[in-house]
Amino acid sequence: MKKRPLALVLLASLLCAVLSGCGDSSTGQAPEDRAAANAIVVGIAQDLDDSLDPHKTVKAGTREVMFNVFEGLMKPTPDGDLIPAIASDYQVSEDRLTYTFSLREGVQFHNGETVTAEDVLYSIQRCTASTETGIVPVEAFSSITDLYAPDEQTVVITLDQPNSEFLSYMTTAILPEGYDQQDTAPVGTGPFRFVSRAAQDTIVMEKFDDYWGTPAYLDQVTFKIIENSDSLLLSLQSGAIDLCNHLPTAQAAQLGDDFVIEEGAMSLVQALYLNNAVAPFDDERVRQALCYATDRQQILDLAFDGYGSLVGSSMYPTLSKYFDESLTDWYAYDVDKAKALLAEAGYPDGFSMTITVPSNYPQHVDTAQVLAEQYKAIGVEVEILPVEWNTWIEEVYTGRDFQSTVVGVDASNMTARAMLERFQSQAGDNFINYHSDTYDALFAQAIATADDAEQTALYGQMQRDLTEHAANVYIQAPADLVAVRKGLEGVTFYPLYVLDLSQVRYAA
Amino acid sequence: MRYAAKRAITLLITMVAVSFLAFAAFDIISGDPATAMLGTEATPERVEALRAELGLDRPLLVRYGQWLAGFFTGDLGTSYSYGQPVWDLIAPKVGVTLVLSLMSFVLIAAVSVPLGIWAARWGGGPLSGARTVLGQLCMAVPPFFLGILLTYLFSLVLRWFVHGSFPGFGTDPVGTLRYLFFAALTLAIPRIAMTVRMLGSTIRSELGREYVRTAISRGNDRSGVLRHHVLKNALVPVVTFLAQTMAEIVAGSIVVEQVFAIPGLGRMLVASIADRDYPVVQAIVVILAFWVVLSGTLADLINTRIDPRLRLGGGA
Amino acid sequence: MRHWNGYLRAGTILLAILTAAIVVGCFWTPYDPTAMSVGPAFDPPSLQHLLGTDRFGRDIFSRVLKGAGTTFAIAGATVAVGAVCGTAIGALTGYFGGVVDGVLMRLGDVLTAFPSILLALVIISILGPGNKYNVVIALGLVFIPSFARVTRTAFASLRDVNYVKSAQLMGASSLRILCVHILPNTLQVLLPAVTIGFNNAVLAEASMSFLGIGVTPPDASLGYMLSEAQSMLSAAPWYALGTGAAIVLLVFSVGLVGEGLQRRGGEVA
Repeated sequence: MKKRPLALVLLASLLCAVLSGCGDSSTGQAPEDRAAANAIVVGIAQDLDDSLDPHKTVKAGTREVMFNVFEGLMKPTPDGDLIPAIASDYQVSEDRLTYTFSLREGVQFHNGETVTAEDVLYSIQRCTASTETGIVPVEAFSSITDLYAPDEQTVVITLDQPNSEFLSYMTTAILPEGYDQQDTAPVGTGPFRFVSRAAQDTIVMEKFDDYWGTPAYLDQVTFKIIENSDSLLLSLQSGAIDLCNHLPTAQAAQLGDDFVIEEGAMSLVQALYLNNAVAPFDDERVRQALCYATDRQQILDLAFDGYGSLVGSSMYPTLSKYFDESLTDWYAYDVDKAKALLAEAGYPDGFSMTITVPSNYPQHVDTAQVLAEQYKAIGVEVEILPVEWNTWIEEVYTGRDFQSTVVGVDASNMTARAMLERFQSQAGDNFINYHSDTYDALFAQAIATADDAEQTALYGQMQRDLTEHAANVYIQAPADLVAVRKGLEGVTFYPLYVLDLSQVRYAA
Repeated sequence: MRYAAKRAITLLITMVAVSFLAFAAFDIISGDPATAMLGTEATPERVEALRAELGLDRPLLVRYGQWLAGFFTGDLGTSYSYGQPVWDLIAPKVGVTLVLSLMSFVLIAAVSVPLGIWAARWGGGPLSGARTVLGQLCMAVPPFFLGILLTYLFSLVLRWFVHGSFPGFGTDPVGTLRYLFFAALTLAIPRIAMTVRMLGSTIRSELGREYVRTAISRGNDRSGVLRHHVLKNALVPVVTFLAQTMAEIVAGSIVVEQVFAIPGLGRMLVASIADRDYPVVQAIVVILAFWVVLSGTLADLINTRIDPRLRLGGGA
Repeated sequence: MRHWNGYLRAGTILLAILTAAIVVGCFWTPYDPTAMSVGPAFDPPSLQHLLGTDRFGRDIFSRVLKGAGTTFAIAGATVAVGAVCGTAIGALTGYFGGVVDGVLMRLGDVLTAFPSILLALVIISILGPGNKYNVVIALGLVFIPSFARVTRTAFASLRDVNYVKSAQLMGASSLRILCVHILPNTLQVLLPAVTIGFNNAVLAEASMSFLGIGVTPPDASLGYMLSEAQSMLSAAPWYALGTGAAIVLLVFSVGLVGEGLQRRGGEVA
């Protein structure tokens, strides 16, 4: 029997080799090592499997992370305001058609070049006419009639009609002209510079020493991609990860004393979006019946452990300027009213419906499960159809071939327009086929007006229109739970889908 | 030698068939790469333009021919999602998954072969029953759950490794091996039970054969017979079984890499399928399939060394 | 009746109990398995809720009963698909041999070389996800090659035995020879393969649920419930333990039956 001892020796030596390194912490696996190196590891559930060029990025998860690398002439603040970034100052003409931006002196790109007016012109033009495939055009730029640089430090933009929200679009990233590696090795002007990306593994960023503003506190940030939520929780518990946002409530509750849970609000509206063009949801009464039959507080209690804030229309509370509190309880939970409406609409015994949900979002699947139970009370049989994200995009979002779906809809910038524009009857992304002539008229008025107060009031009326006609069964703006390792501070929340790490630091 | 050459040709044909099947499968599957890339920005016109740019509007056979030509000249194409050459993306992961599966394989062979022989030799009695029950229990735990339980034990309770901090061979080879060990163990445990069971029953049935009984009745000592005759004959099905195990390890690594947050081919495969990033999927499928077919072929070659009669064919 | 060994007896008894529970679960459960808030969320096991409740306040015991039925049905149907198609292919190729044999066996090699999860994923994507019938078809197709291989060997070895030869001489049709003369004699290898296939199907469905391509709500298989439960391992350990134990018991009892069948076969042969 020669084999047995040989195998045993092999096994023993393997075990020794593998386990001998126990306790050696040279690799920076322990949280203390990272604190000493002034670095953190952030866990993210989505890979940046997208173009890293900010003008081509389509995934919200990629934009969220790359927020730390790129800036526009203006940049958003946590309060929802806009402050000059690459621009140091700007003037708007009397007729509100011409914007003059003065560039900040000596702003540098991560590759060492200085930002010039040429770079600004290049970046805006690139997003206007999508000459390159893959560029996501900025709709508001189509109204630019004139764009030029009178000198090295000034950029002038002229519009064909006043647009009080135009500055919001000036957060579009400024990129160096003539640099062609943006897809994989992006260069911007933000507080962090991009170092490397390993697919399905890590993204590394380092502090940009020549940043024009307040520099980042941390020297290095590593984003660790862990798509499986159980695995992500284990990594938090094992000490491999210091910070993680968008944590499901059930998992946040299981983290021990090593973490502080910070609560913000996600900038999106979760709803049961109804296809207004197909039966039975082409009947307003049926849509209203579903609204009455939905016990939203129970959804929060069961699927979100009580976190989240209820909404009543396509606007989330952090956009406080536009959010209309009074719409939230428009449809108070009332099964009898729901039944009466259904009977009126010709469905006294209810009907069967399908809810399509993207299966990669457990919170939406959970919500659909609760809805399915609640609708049994009014005789509505729900079949849940979980689909892959791409199938959802293809069938629901672009194909509009669905009855109803639970998702969260967000805004690409901090304007009411970004939330409300899509529900015009002719809008390309009006995936619920909402059709209201009043709504279309209100929208036309709103974007044409120069008066900010009037515009806000019009946007308010649009929200009310959506609620009254029960365009969708509005549920909530989900809570954004961020687990932060004790000793770290400075997590900020924006009314946008971003993760700002420039303020995060180890407490002294 | 001619036999080996014949096997090599079979291997090549199998690989071409595998790659074509994978290629064709994605033509049928719902969700197209252009839509996946454009996400919520997709409009029919932009999808069409992107499809044209990616060359997806050409017939299947043309695309496959081009891929095959590229493959043989060492060009695996460019990832749709990452915009990087496929090989650059997956090269670091090939080593990870290879080491993981090899480690798991060595664990299985090193533990189960001695254990199986021991089990067969001391077969019978109450201990044998307990062993069988234990083996069946090991096989009954779903692999992902076993992985979670082992992580709880080794990472959260014993602190022998830090889950989620896979260092990579470049930075810390020993630490990487240590990290992979626990994943390899998860893969190995149920398969050790299977192999022991399989080896035990093979040896038992061999021991019941005429020639063994004759040999023992002639006065040869029992362990001598076991060593010289029984093991050699029992080895053939075991080698075949272990080769099949390799296929199962490769399939199992897809789940285990998720549980242990290991950046290997399996995780990349699942993510690329979800993204419809076909050039990456195609490359990974071919690599994994090659690994599986190669171990099968090697097993056959080893078996013909052990028992040259097999070369004549006929048998399974 | 060939004699029963201990494994076979223990396994059959255990399996009979489980099957009885599953059958009861099809018609009656203590609570409606999908009804929410029948108890407080994350209630630990008690007399009202034998296995406690989950985050929606659903009764886990009722869900396990129902889920075990789903799992049993999926695994059973998967093995049926795999075994019937596999045996048919194995019989034809093993008995007749020739070109068809070569081609089909190569095709089997190709399918085996494919990572099984990918194969299942592709089939699920073609059929549409979420539905338990699609999971059955996907897994069943994945299982065909292994059954085909097992039966092919058996049929090939029985092709040349005397009673088959004499049946051929008596002019029996090939179909009759295959079904009446050979098939019964392959049961001895086929039955253990069926038990192993059943267990593989249970575990494969669990893995698919873990990867999010298995059974989806409101259907709940044990595998789906376990992958849901393990994310709440520290908040509600009884959830994972209850569902985990159900899977292990099911697979274990079928495994014992398989072990018993194989040993019986081995001793008779």
